[in-house]
Amino acid sequence: MEAVLFFAAAIGALGGAIGVVAMRNPLFSVLALIVHLFSLAVLFLLLAAAFVAAAQVVVYAGAVMVLYVFVVAYVGGDEESAWEPIPGQRLLAPLLGAALFVELSIAVLGSSLLALGTNGPKVNPGFGDPAAIGRLLLERFLIPFEASSILLLLAAVGAVVLAGRKREESA
Amino acid sequence: MNVEWYIVLSSLLFAVGALGILIRRSPIVILLCLELMLNAGNLALVAFSRMVGNQQGQVFALIVMVVAACEVVVGLGLIVAIFRCRLPLDVDELRELRG
Repeated sequence: MEAVLFFAAAIGALGGAIGVVAMRNPLFSVLALIVHLFSLAVLFLLLAAAFVAAAQVVVYAGAVMVLYVFVVAYVGGDEESAWEPIPGQRLLAPLLGAALFVELSIAVLGSSLLALGTNGPKVNPGFGDPAAIGRLLLERFLIPFEASSILLLLAAVGAVVLAGRKREESA
Repeated sequence: MNVEWYIVLSSLLFAVGALGILIRRSPIVILLCLELMLNAGNLALVAFSRMVGNQQGQVFALIVMVVAACEVVVGLGLIVAIFRCRLPLDVDELRELRG
């Protein structure tokens, strides 16, 4: 059962990722990314990370993707021209991507982490639920938590400054 | 499922994201591919936290989500600003800073 769910979610995540890269219309890329994010949430649930999965669906697939859809609708989803500024880019880029994957796999599987081949230790039912994560965030990781809230505030101010309509210069 | 599978899937997703950044020229799609790479990192963090059996990796994943949200907001603000200036939305044509 677990294996079936894993492979279904893995195919969804991989298909979504390839869809993001391959779709020519940006709106379809955004929709493919939503499929990818939902599949990743299933994978997080399989890894006993309930709160991360919920946050993934609500924050990412909900809020962030709506922002993307709005911007694509505002800017207008133009398809890319077939003009190739760097000769051989279409050929070279997949080769480099494949090389990166092989390199990462060698680095991970060649490491002597014995626990990689296991399912991980047995965890009790409360593992990864909001209460446990909240306790960690407010006790052990309080400073990163506060720093991330300042970062969010700065990003909101920055977005308003960047994208806000300029006031009349003469007035 | 072994943790290995998750890690291999995560590196595959990361490679697809990097491929997208290399091959696409629309800034919106480049931001989307950046999301793919950040999410691949998240998957690796959560998988390793399951492997070790403590929840700190999940907290890291949450913080990565916050950083990704900030990056999206600033990046989309930049795209809207580029669009307002009637510049082309193509990273190969926006080359004024090139030496």
